[in-house]
Amino acid sequence: MKNYLLILLMAVTLAACDPNVKPDGDADGSAADGSTGAQVGAVGGEGGAAGQALSASYEASAINDANSVLAARVIYFDFDSSKVVGDFVELVKHHGRYLSANASASIRLEGHTDERGTREYNVALADRRAQSVKRLLMFQGASSDQITVISYGEEKPASLGHDEESWSLNRRAELVYQ
Amino acid sequence: MKRYLLSLILISFCSASQAVLNIEITEGVEGSLPIAVVPFQWVGGVKFADADVSAIITSDLARSGKFAPLPDKDLIAYPKQPEDVHFPSWRMIGIDHLIIGGVKQEAEGQYQVHFRLFDVLKGEQLLGYSFAATRNSLRSVAHRISDHIIKSLTGLPGAFDARISYVTAKQLPGKAVTYLLQAADTDGFNSQNLLTSNEPIMSPVWSPDGERLAYVSFEHGVPEIFIHDIHTAKRELVSKFKGINGAPAWSPDGTRLAITLSKDGNPDVYILDLSSKRLKRLTKHWSIDTEAVWMPDGKSLVFTSSRSGKPQLYQISVSANAKPQRLTFDGKYNANASISRDGKTISFVQGENNVFRVAVLYLETGLVQQVTDGPLDESPEFSPNGSMILYASQHKGKPVLAAVSTDGRHKQRLGLSDGEVREPAWSVVKK
Repeated sequence: MKNYLLILLMAVTLAACDPNVKPDGDADGSAADGSTGAQVGAVGGEGGAAGQALSASYEASAINDANSVLAARVIYFDFDSSKVVGDFVELVKHHGRYLSANASASIRLEGHTDERGTREYNVALADRRAQSVKRLLMFQGASSDQITVISYGEEKPASLGHDEESWSLNRRAELVYQ
Repeated sequence: MKRYLLSLILISFCSASQAVLNIEITEGVEGSLPIAVVPFQWVGGVKFADADVSAIITSDLARSGKFAPLPDKDLIAYPKQPEDVHFPSWRMIGIDHLIIGGVKQEAEGQYQVHFRLFDVLKGEQLLGYSFAATRNSLRSVAHRISDHIIKSLTGLPGAFDARISYVTAKQLPGKAVTYLLQAADTDGFNSQNLLTSNEPIMSPVWSPDGERLAYVSFEHGVPEIFIHDIHTAKRELVSKFKGINGAPAWSPDGTRLAITLSKDGNPDVYILDLSSKRLKRLTKHWSIDTEAVWMPDGKSLVFTSSRSGKPQLYQISVSANAKPQRLTFDGKYNANASISRDGKTISFVQGENNVFRVAVLYLETGLVQQVTDGPLDESPEFSPNGSMILYASQHKGKPVLAAVSTDGRHKQRLGLSDGEVREPAWSVVKK
């Protein structure tokens, strides 16, 4: 439960900071520009400025460190889009490098959508979201054997409201370390 | 605000224990035909409150959207036999058709139900039948009578002596969501639990003979497709490939299932032969292809594809190397087709911005008409006679089933007293 709250809290923070989380449409227009300001993005680069709150270590134990950049494990998407955008690209890269550095680590990637649109199309869309994240992880050296993908479509919303506030929290892929 | 919404939803989830559908007609009685159903006389036994045959017929006729039954309090007489009917009086109050009948107990638990349908203007009998019934089949016999009356007066085969299935999701405070797969009569009675799971259940669809349901269940942690015999409760796991196993659709002859698989890297439509278990790939495209349904002749399927960038409906022949033809062009989101039994009409979900409605495409003319108001309507499914579309909707923020006549004029809501209700499927009419 605490985990869930943490994820939700980070989710809210991230969503609020990310200029690329939009209510609708122009999914492909919002390119990843690595803009500053968001928590994750600020700690993304190697050799970043001193005095940062989060650590970007890829030691095995980092996964249990609440102050690690790896503590953020939800990637949010635009409506009807499976493209990883903005600061989430950096976040996924961190997890990819961690998996690459820790061959015994494995994750389940869970794809989700908001409630809009049809259920089976949403299963397919959520699968593509998880697959986009998987490709990025593998690009960083993670192995396919370390990653299991499951798509839930709109069946398991993180937030139960029927408005953009909830929808933006539900269009997501979650990285679940096993 | 969010917390408030959440608790509100949870409260409504636990307000009742029995999942019963309540049906109310919400829109449109104009243009319906005036008809009178005289309460049936019960002989040799007392009327059962839960199997009031004439009341069930009255309710079916009203739900069809094609009739406006006279309220009981406005009845001017209670004829029991044909010779008791005084046609001029019924003509005077504007009634076109009249139904009389009765229920006779023949032995313990054995009944005989008879009815007659009269054309009031001509003063003649159009139909007259008698059915044997047991205590448990009285409701079904009443629905069958409704189907006979509708067929006689509209030419359409009735759709009431059938079963619907749907998925409900219930959440009690502090507990995980419980998913239920249920079947019920078309008026919500006689509900039957087919499957209970803590993981999602999706996309139930009846076999053409109405004996089996195919559906997607996540009960093993991943999506798998099952076929469930509703009489024996025996289940067969028919598809468990890596990745998506979804969107099952029976071929019209019941020998094959169209399904969506992502085992080759991307959601595509495949056809699974149920006896040989042979799998044939139907679509091959880097985009999403899913939600296939068969045309009634079994020669082609209609499916949703995002190959143009946004979801649209396409038709593809089952023959090898067929090229899909695009069917929908208006709007950014057209998905989840259901095809009428005559193959002339497709209902589907049409989305624009944040509003999703059920729309109907007339294949002969290419005309598209939206028939529901949204904002989040989905899973449309034609009734067996094509006159109604059952779909999932939201009422006051709560998922409900609803039905609309294919012309969009008559709407009704099938409210569930307990939990969310979604993804309706309508079986064939019982033979």
